[in-house]
Amino acid sequence: MPYHALLSGWGRYPVRECKVWQPTTPQGLHDTVLPLSTSIARGNGRSYGDASMNPSATIDMRRLDRLIAFDEATGTLECEAGVLLSDLVAAFVPRGWFAPVTPGTRMVTIGGMIASDVHGKNHHVAGSFCEHVDWFDLDLGDGRVLRCSPTANTDLFAATCGGMGLTGIIVRASFRMRKIESAYMRQRTIRVPDLEQALAVFEQSHGSTYSVAWIDCMATGKSLGRSAILLGEHAKVTELDDQRRAAPLARPVRKPKSVPIDFPGFALSGFNVKMFNHLYYAMQRPGDAVVNLDPYFYPLDALFDWNRIYGRRGFVQYQSVLPLATSEKGMRLLIEAISAAGAGSFLAVLKRMGPASFGMLSFPMEGYTLALDFPATPANLALLERLDAITADHGGRIYLTKDARVSPQMFASGYPRLQEFRNLRAQYGLDSRFSSLLSQRLGL
Amino acid sequence: MLASPVLIMGARSDIGRALAKAYAAQGCEVILAARGDVSADATDLGLRSGAKVRAVSVDIIDGQPDAFFDSLGVVPGTVVMVAGLLGDQVESAADDAAAQKVMDSNYNGPSRYLLAAARRMGKVPDACIIGISSVAGDRGRASNFVYGSAKAGFTAFLSGLRNAHAKTGLHVMTVKPGFVRTQMTAGMKLSPVMTAEPEQVASAIIKAQGKKSDVIYTLGRWRLVMAVVRAIPEPIFKKLSL
Repeated sequence: MPYHALLSGWGRYPVRECKVWQPTTPQGLHDTVLPLSTSIARGNGRSYGDASMNPSATIDMRRLDRLIAFDEATGTLECEAGVLLSDLVAAFVPRGWFAPVTPGTRMVTIGGMIASDVHGKNHHVAGSFCEHVDWFDLDLGDGRVLRCSPTANTDLFAATCGGMGLTGIIVRASFRMRKIESAYMRQRTIRVPDLEQALAVFEQSHGSTYSVAWIDCMATGKSLGRSAILLGEHAKVTELDDQRRAAPLARPVRKPKSVPIDFPGFALSGFNVKMFNHLYYAMQRPGDAVVNLDPYFYPLDALFDWNRIYGRRGFVQYQSVLPLATSEKGMRLLIEAISAAGAGSFLAVLKRMGPASFGMLSFPMEGYTLALDFPATPANLALLERLDAITADHGGRIYLTKDARVSPQMFASGYPRLQEFRNLRAQYGLDSRFSSLLSQRLGL
Repeated sequence: MLASPVLIMGARSDIGRALAKAYAAQGCEVILAARGDVSADATDLGLRSGAKVRAVSVDIIDGQPDAFFDSLGVVPGTVVMVAGLLGDQVESAADDAAAQKVMDSNYNGPSRYLLAAARRMGKVPDACIIGISSVAGDRGRASNFVYGSAKAGFTAFLSGLRNAHAKTGLHVMTVKPGFVRTQMTAGMKLSPVMTAEPEQVASAIIKAQGKKSDVIYTLGRWRLVMAVVRAIPEPIFKKLSL
């Protein structure tokens, strides 16, 4: 039975009332979608904007959350699309397996990871998540359920990987996990005083499995772009101290803390954000350490509902990627615009990306990506328009999974395969059957 | 001590699923029983937990309780009756078949199956029968009294079964969860303070089983609220819209 609910993405902007179905089996899903004239799948609601909302029919996938098979020899896992990454981490880290690619939160579904073709701190070596997907079953909503893979229904496979749920509903998928020896990470922290050196360190760090930088977007002048770069490797058993070596795969479980209230707007005043960034930078002690896997990959998951920090009106996340050739110049302009506006973001993330994937609308491309949060105020939304212009001027693109506000023109300018995607949707009759607030806004 | 195997009747419900996960995480062998096929859920739980899990089919309204328990091939150490049906009060008041279905699902079926379980479990060490009843059974209200009265009957059944087995090893526990965020309540506007997650209910049940509690409200606040509701004199109560 459907019901009505106020839904939003993780940024809590925008909020809309949607009619929601929650099927519990693949057959139930099939029967739910078949008579609907339009619908969109929704995973755990962790995309930031309006991608997983359709006011007339939103399909909550979280009850299709069964593991189907696991091959201990190859690490191949088959599961339904609503399985949470956090459940996989809990079940498989103790057995020595980890996700091949993980975003910065484990509170996402496998279907959502495919629809966003998520990337992680290892993008420069491992590529995006869909490069580790063997196949998935796609319910086209017209009675057809097709198995898509790099060798079968390849057009649908390429369109669905990063396709924001607009090519049908992913029912189940199979992908390859990564073998790990321990639940620990070997982390190296390098502090760099400016953007130029940050990029230089990234360019020398291709051999590191994981790399990411926390960048202080409030620093100006000579300190513009100062960063703490974190390089990481899965720790081998031999690299652990005696105590940890006794149970190398044990994963301490901490209950996430809650944010009890929506923070008032002034909590994110320029001064506070500047102080926070200052302190955060100072806290990143350079050097090597062995740390737990969870705080390494999912620092913000320790705060259960951290989106409340940005207050009741919600926030938007801006993430764009620039091609390698224009990265240094473009990143400088982006950071200058942000620091000049004094706009608040507690943490900004800079990351070197590897080559683009096969997904028609996949976000990653070879170059640098910058991601940061802003309260959804008129002034900040105007700033994001300026950031769009800089991104477009430098041949970059924005990440749909984070987006709630970009214009159709700006979006299209970054995605050369958009027409191919549209044609495929029309060819399979998917353009009418699957839509979201995002697809309606962008004319996808 | 949690006695294995744990038979969960109504394993497809949100509370049933949460319980199955929680028992498996404690290392218990689990038998999932539900109407229809839950073998995919059993495979899932086995893969997640490494526990021994199997699925059986049961229809608590039309099935034969003794035949069902005989077919298990093992006497369960723990039986949790989660099956139930909220139904729709307006529909139940208007339509005899709808009312009968709610009564069968919440009283007749669960009680008959638990009687059959109790006939077999008297000599199992640490045996435990757990019935998920409802705060709705604490006092009949206009908004849900067909459901509530069936749950009231089930509460009385559990109380009597507990009394009858006070001197055997079989322990009987009554659980009144209050509001729980499940499919049954999806879309309802529920007070967050009075609403539990299925996982909270499951862990409260397992903890209480260890302590051999008799009657638990999985959110303690409900005990207070229902004490107040029960204390209101009938001449006043009948005029309230609750």
